Amino acid sequence: MIRAALRSLLARKLRLVMSTFAIVLGVAFVVGTLIFSDTLNRSFTALFASTVGDVVVRPVGGTTEAGGPSSATLPAALVDELAALPGAARADGNVTAIGVYVVDSDGKAVGGYGPPALGLNDNDAPAAGGEGLALVAGESPVGPDELALDQVTAESAGYQIGDTVPVLLPRGDPDRIEATLTGLVGFPEGGSLNGATLVVLDTPTAQDLFLDGEEAFNDIWVTARDGVSQEELAAEASGLLPDGVEAVTGDAAADESADELLDAISFLTTFLLIFAGISLVVGSFLIVNTFSMLVAQRSRELALLRALGASRVQVVASVQAEAAVLGVVGSTIGLGLGVLLAVALRALFAQVGLDLSGQSLVFTPRVVVAAYAVGILVTAVAALAPALRTVRIAPVQALRDDVALPEASLARRFRGGLALFVLGCLSLVAGLTDLLDDVVDAGGWFTGAGVLLVLLGTTAMSPVLAQPFLGATRRAYAAVFGSVGNLAGQNSLRNPRRTTATASALMIGLTLACTMAIVGDSAKASTDRAIEQNFVGDYVVSNPFGGELNPALADQVAAVDGVASVARERFALAQEDGDARALAATDRAGLALFDPVFVEGAPDDLVDGTVVLKEDFAADRDLGVGDELTVTVPAGEQTWTVAGVIEDNPVIFTPVLTTIGTLEAGGFPAADYVLFVTAEDEAGATARDGLDDLVADLPVVSVKDQQEFAADQRAQIDQFVLIIYALLGLALLIAVLGIVNTLALSVIERTREIGLLRAVGLTRGQLRRMITLESVVIAVLGALLGVVLGLGFGVSLMYAVRDQGLEVISVPFGQVAVFLLLAVVVGVLAAFWPARRAARLDVLEAIATE
Amino acid sequence: MTVPPTPAPTDPPAPAAQMTAAADVAARVVGLRKTYGRGEAVVRALDDVTLELRSGEFTAVMGPSGSGKSTLMHMCAALDRPDEGEVWIGDTEIGRLGDKALTLLRREEIGFVFQSFNLVPTLTAEENVLLPLSIAGRRPDPEWFDAVVDTVGLRERLGHKPNELSGGQVQRVAVARALVSRPRIVFADEPTGNLDSRSGAEVLRLLRGAVDDHGQTVVMVTHDPVAAAYCDRVVFLADGRVVDELRAPDRDAVLEIMTRMTDAGEASA
Repeated sequence: MIRAALRSLLARKLRLVMSTFAIVLGVAFVVGTLIFSDTLNRSFTALFASTVGDVVVRPVGGTTEAGGPSSATLPAALVDELAALPGAARADGNVTAIGVYVVDSDGKAVGGYGPPALGLNDNDAPAAGGEGLALVAGESPVGPDELALDQVTAESAGYQIGDTVPVLLPRGDPDRIEATLTGLVGFPEGGSLNGATLVVLDTPTAQDLFLDGEEAFNDIWVTARDGVSQEELAAEASGLLPDGVEAVTGDAAADESADELLDAISFLTTFLLIFAGISLVVGSFLIVNTFSMLVAQRSRELALLRALGASRVQVVASVQAEAAVLGVVGSTIGLGLGVLLAVALRALFAQVGLDLSGQSLVFTPRVVVAAYAVGILVTAVAALAPALRTVRIAPVQALRDDVALPEASLARRFRGGLALFVLGCLSLVAGLTDLLDDVVDAGGWFTGAGVLLVLLGTTAMSPVLAQPFLGATRRAYAAVFGSVGNLAGQNSLRNPRRTTATASALMIGLTLACTMAIVGDSAKASTDRAIEQNFVGDYVVSNPFGGELNPALADQVAAVDGVASVARERFALAQEDGDARALAATDRAGLALFDPVFVEGAPDDLVDGTVVLKEDFAADRDLGVGDELTVTVPAGEQTWTVAGVIEDNPVIFTPVLTTIGTLEAGGFPAADYVLFVTAEDEAGATARDGLDDLVADLPVVSVKDQQEFAADQRAQIDQFVLIIYALLGLALLIAVLGIVNTLALSVIERTREIGLLRAVGLTRGQLRRMITLESVVIAVLGALLGVVLGLGFGVSLMYAVRDQGLEVISVPFGQVAVFLLLAVVVGVLAAFWPARRAARLDVLEAIATE
Repeated sequence: MTVPPTPAPTDPPAPAAQMTAAADVAARVVGLRKTYGRGEAVVRALDDVTLELRSGEFTAVMGPSGSGKSTLMHMCAALDRPDEGEVWIGDTEIGRLGDKALTLLRREEIGFVFQSFNLVPTLTAEENVLLPLSIAGRRPDPEWFDAVVDTVGLRERLGHKPNELSGGQVQRVAVARALVSRPRIVFADEPTGNLDSRSGAEVLRLLRGAVDDHGQTVVMVTHDPVAAAYCDRVVFLADGRVVDELRAPDRDAVLEIMTRMTDAGEASA
């Protein structure tokens, strides 16, 4: 008796642990994503607060395509004038250059695609946010033979103070220096460069290398005296500035750059938000499922309470009280686990170049609120439905041997689900097409709501939808695995609600994985096609980090044996009525190579001081040949004459094309982005060898032919898809644990039946196989539903954006097959523990279990 | 159809040392001991029990609650292992068998009828009847299957799930399942305990018929003297020991012994 009682208590305890576990997972998922998003945002905020002074004095106008400083400079004398302002505490001149790459001890340039490689002059100007970069170790560099690096770069390149560090310079002569590392800079108050690399030199050296020795600065930070606001100081400074130079407050400057970057990473924050939402839904499913089973198993106990005179309200309240306790405990543990999850996410993103290791995790009160709200509310709701069902049946009935709890009819549920599904589809159509664009501008919300509604609708319908699949699986199992297969198939059919609710976690994960697979594959296919159609010349010379090329390189390339011609392409940003406009520039050879179709004008009309416009851009402004376009560039306001109007051309993807001379006259730095090389007939191999020799010593220059170029572009897409897969891997983990939970509870629930099966001769191995097969059905069901939905979402998404350069819709069937296989593996793994537990049950005790 | 091996006509109770030839004995236990719990709470469920169960006989094991009758049955049915002593099923001593061998032994040699929860709820009556065979990957002998189904009178209900069957029908399906694999021995643990008297009588008649018509060995644990009266032999257990035995029992004789046992129990208490 004592043993039996202990056993029963232990079983109950296990159930409690498992339902708490469901809450823990759900909460951890939400907390992890929230903390990571906050951390990401804070790291950017910190970065931008540290990149501005109280007032920034800078040349008016554009920046280069890569976001770097313009080539227009400020005279050094201006610094002293600004420092003398009554409201100024001090003024410091900054030299900033991009494309300054640190070469690591293996001879490779440090950095990833995206974050800039910066060269700075050394000064201790305080940043507006008070969180400026500062020396954290060693000494400031002095003279041409010393430099400092940021901590993260020094660490990843393997340099310590005292080592000699080679650095590649963006342009000019020399294009490479070596200097001794004297110090490390970083954010003493926390903050991250997010993958950017910093090389710090003393001011004369920086001016020498980056500004051709001119005693000038790219911008000047003016620090306000105590009690002087940024606005007051900016107004004071404006008074003494020459034309073409402006003074902006630090806040405004930080917002500008933050807006630009946050725009660029908005897909990431949006994705994380969606991810948190999904994790919430998946977590809720898990909790609802577990609690339904728990209460169903306790229905007899609850009926006894009712028989002894407890009112319905009392019984429901007792279940709710239990749920509340579990909710609190689960949320607390989940909160802790969520922090670990955020750490894991940070490590994951560091792998792909978004290094946040300098930024400590941001833990805001809203995370705690969200954790407890999710844990407690969802658990309360989850416990309510089954408790209400239990008290609705007569106590005497519940006390009988096998109680069937009344369930809302599957047909009604199916109709409800269908309604949600249809509503979701309509919402998707509204979001993905421009039907409603004239009425409301909320396409993103419609799309998001549509996805959610379709997922929920499918989940509600799935017990009915899954019947044919489960029935067919049972027959297939029975045919292949005999009696054990039949039993497993029957078990999955026993409670289709539970089977499908468990499967839905996997369904949601795989829906997204599949959608992303299609998006990624279509993007790759579209890129391939675009490259195939538009790759001009035989080879492309570019900077694999997306940075600039030394302009001298084009001449060196042209001198290579077998090279017939070299075309340069440059990009820059100009301001037009306060909006940034992208410019492209090329030379004669480029114009001949890109061969744009002129609607108006002719290629020969494009000379310095003129521009060629894309058709739709010109139409928007009602501009034609001979009209003028006025923009603000680093050299100030410029008016360019329209020399021609061209059709859309994939190589020229900016609305405005001009000449290299025009850009240089506008104050943009002389730096090429891409060189298109055409080889002489029959001299391809010679040219290639020559080019390879030329760039062998240039770690930031690469030569690619069409295949290599395409592979390169594909690799970038792959990297993006990989991040998303890694995140979905977490969702997969939750799904596995959900299956484990359901199976384990179902094993407890079926203890007597398992005892009976064992008594009539089912071996332990057969029992394990039975449970594994059951688990595989659940997993494959979830995977199938997910794949079907994912195909639907992916294809419709790609169809919706087909006008935006992604015209090829490609479904990676190989990958989809891998997903399904993965589901089988997931099923087998998830069954391991519950199956072992079932196999270890003592036959006699199992039979005797109440 | 097999010819039932009738027990030897001249049949004085043999001393334990010289058991009847193995062919005649379906199962036997020698010097069986089993205790549960520890210290103060120790329960001696079986205390030196020696017993043989002959082929083709319908034996009832009776005794008050806690007398050890269920424990004895579990040992004989290879569901549990003794602390001491031997359990033979046919020629096999189960003491040293591993779980797998025990499972196979149950599957091949033993049939079960429990008091309740006899059937797998997801399977139809037919699938339940064939369960031990299908688990073993064996095909049923169709003639024998038909004979069993007709005997238990379930032909129309074969496609039904357990929750569509009455309590008596469920027990009859369980009897059919126990018989269909032609086990060496069928164990029934209070098979009529949850049934009304008419359904109970039907189940008992089925078991009796299996013994009479097909020479099936059946052992039944019961505390119902009416049920015991269907048997060839009744073994009485009290405090983990065999205390009495009755051949060709009738209800009154069984009642008399049980009353005596209860009195003795109360006197010693």
